[in-house]
Amino acid sequence: MSSFSHSAFNSQLKKYYSFYTGGFLLFLVTLAIAEQMGMSRQWIGYSFLFATIALYAGIGIMSRTAEVSEYYVAGRRVPAFFNGMATGADWMSAASFIGMAGTLFLAGFDGLAFVMGWTGGYCLVALFLAPYLRKFGQFTIPDFLGARYGGNIIRTIGIIAAITCSFVYVVAQIYGVGLITSRFTGLEFGIGVFVGLGGILVCSMLGGMKAVTWTQVAQYIILIIAYLTPVVWLGMKHTGIPVPQFAYGITLQKVGELEKKINSDPKELEVRKIFKDRADSANAALKDPAKAYADGQAAAAKRVADLKAANAPADQVTAAEKALAAYPKDEAAAKAQWNKDKGLAARAAPVRSHADPYPGKDEAARFTAKLNFLGIVFCMMFGTAALPHILMRYYTTPSVQQARVSVFWSLFFIFLLYFTAPCLAVLAKYDMFTNLVGSQFATLPAWAAAWAKVDPTLLNITDFNKDGIVQWAEVVIGGDLIVLATPEIAGLPYVVSGLVAAGGLAAALSTADGLLLTIANALSHDLYYKMIDPSASTAKRVTISKSLLIVVAITAAYVTSLKPGDILFLVGAAFSLAASAFFPPLVLGVFWKRANKWGAIIGMIAGLSVCVYYMMRTYPFFTNMGVPKMDLWFGLNPISAGVFGLPIGLLTIVVVSLLTKAPDKETQELVEHVRYPHLRGDNVVSEAT
Amino acid sequence: MELSQRHHEYWRKNLVITAILLGIWFLVTFVEGWYARELNAVTFLGFPLGFYMSAQGSLAIYVAIIGFYAWYTGKLDKEYNVDEGDLG
Repeated sequence: MSSFSHSAFNSQLKKYYSFYTGGFLLFLVTLAIAEQMGMSRQWIGYSFLFATIALYAGIGIMSRTAEVSEYYVAGRRVPAFFNGMATGADWMSAASFIGMAGTLFLAGFDGLAFVMGWTGGYCLVALFLAPYLRKFGQFTIPDFLGARYGGNIIRTIGIIAAITCSFVYVVAQIYGVGLITSRFTGLEFGIGVFVGLGGILVCSMLGGMKAVTWTQVAQYIILIIAYLTPVVWLGMKHTGIPVPQFAYGITLQKVGELEKKINSDPKELEVRKIFKDRADSANAALKDPAKAYADGQAAAAKRVADLKAANAPADQVTAAEKALAAYPKDEAAAKAQWNKDKGLAARAAPVRSHADPYPGKDEAARFTAKLNFLGIVFCMMFGTAALPHILMRYYTTPSVQQARVSVFWSLFFIFLLYFTAPCLAVLAKYDMFTNLVGSQFATLPAWAAAWAKVDPTLLNITDFNKDGIVQWAEVVIGGDLIVLATPEIAGLPYVVSGLVAAGGLAAALSTADGLLLTIANALSHDLYYKMIDPSASTAKRVTISKSLLIVVAITAAYVTSLKPGDILFLVGAAFSLAASAFFPPLVLGVFWKRANKWGAIIGMIAGLSVCVYYMMRTYPFFTNMGVPKMDLWFGLNPISAGVFGLPIGLLTIVVVSLLTKAPDKETQELVEHVRYPHLRGDNVVSEAT
Repeated sequence: MELSQRHHEYWRKNLVITAILLGIWFLVTFVEGWYARELNAVTFLGFPLGFYMSAQGSLAIYVAIIGFYAWYTGKLDKEYNVDEGDLG
């Protein structure tokens, strides 16, 4: 490798990706012109889907390799800047790209817990892990645990933990791939999943980490262009400057004034009263459903009879007959309806202030909301600093210093999207408050009419008080709408909607790539090569890894097709699990020489157990299956289980290590070895080639 | 190998800078989050300050923390002769 020039490679890469970005922009312009000339929306959708997947597959084919170091760590020559971009794409999933702005739109300030958690975690990566893992220089995270603490037990726990959190996470990504492809091309959900999966597999199978890295850089460029373009336009519309991120404070103030106006508007109050009445009568009916059902049916029948007897106009009679016909068929159906109506109580509540932290009915409720906010921040941060597919990326830089710099670029590229999301949420809210609220039902804004027709789960507007005018209380919005509909809200041509879909797809595919690779490597490298057959040839190791990729991908696709419940909880659980299992042994492994094998083993098990225990006993999915339910500790939701798991894991490692004997000299030298970027005269060799 | 006095000093300095930056991280994350309601009474660039920090200010400080750490430790490596030469 002596003839290899890192700086020449770097400038070559810059040239390639500049050409690539230019080419992509040209592609956009061409499609925009084609749209003006009459290209159909469906074909624009297809063009984006197939052009980008073909591109990713093409990079995969160009980067194909069978060499171990190229396959696992991209030959350790990815410059900091590009590794930053790749990490950004690896990191930002479908949930970040499509869901984040929606969460902020719906939850206001409290949604910022994810924005802070998913960026601040990189401080921990930079200060505690990246440089030291790079100096250690093996292939996987269980590698580090195995070498530092010794033995196969800790490696096995590491493999299990790595696979569990990566698998949970990858299911959410494949789900996103299916959703986007089916929405924008009209392909069936299942087919969408397999088209996307094909793209992922061609890329990661042929070239492993090397191909995944260069594809992720390409994917980052697409996803950031896709995210920023519509926001810039919407920002121009409402703030008058093209970088609305710095100027939306004024818009936020206007949103605050409009919220007050909405909360005192008599028409809004009228609609909210309708919801409250319905919820109240449903609650009353549910107290004695049998009687309420009979009474309701009798009342409806009586009304028809009364109207007929009084010779009322025909249209009134028909309406009453319709009401009778629509009356629930039996008590069970009526009960279901009442249970649904009970939920309307939430819509009877006044609008919450967007910028106001920790809302609650009293001081205690506000305090619990604050604790939950900080709990989510904590778990997302420490989870970030413990997810193997992210940490693995810092093995791929040429040096320790480049690893440090590359964490900087990683967060910088992630920051570009994450500081835009809160801005987008505010701009979208302002737009809806001014253009949607108060408009006539007969002449809704074009985007609202279109989306309400396409997907009522994303946008539902019903005229409850029959005044023909939209009140905010009559609008129900699904979070994903915000990013998906922004191009239309901003009045941009359909080609930009296609671009946003391509961006969402890039986000989901790039994360899925990294995760699948992590799982396959844990199985092929850690389990097979390190534990079952250490004499396996390099060719055999890479072949096994490639075959495992297919198996894991198909299993993940199968689990996805079962559509397992709450995706956001799954993602949150992955973070809490990773934080509890990995963070303590990794950090103590570098910063505390005294940490030893048994401390790490028992600590990892303790952290994981506490985390799993808390989730099992408090999350409805498990308690409904028969696990005895318990009260929340300090009111913290199950998603924040890591708040308990991590400190207990950390404490256990310290206590057990102190009770057992100190690690041997060799281990202590390894710790010293990873602490210094380059020790002249050092005879510990940890780096694998 | 035996570490020299200089090596120990390097590691101590690294721990000090890590602790300082971690302190700043803690301040703009958890202390800021704890007092977000109170901070919102202050207006900054047209934003309520608590909202501004959580949506943008703290994020920018995170980027700065990591940037400073990379720059500082890179310099420290050279000063204590533990740098990686051309690769760095």
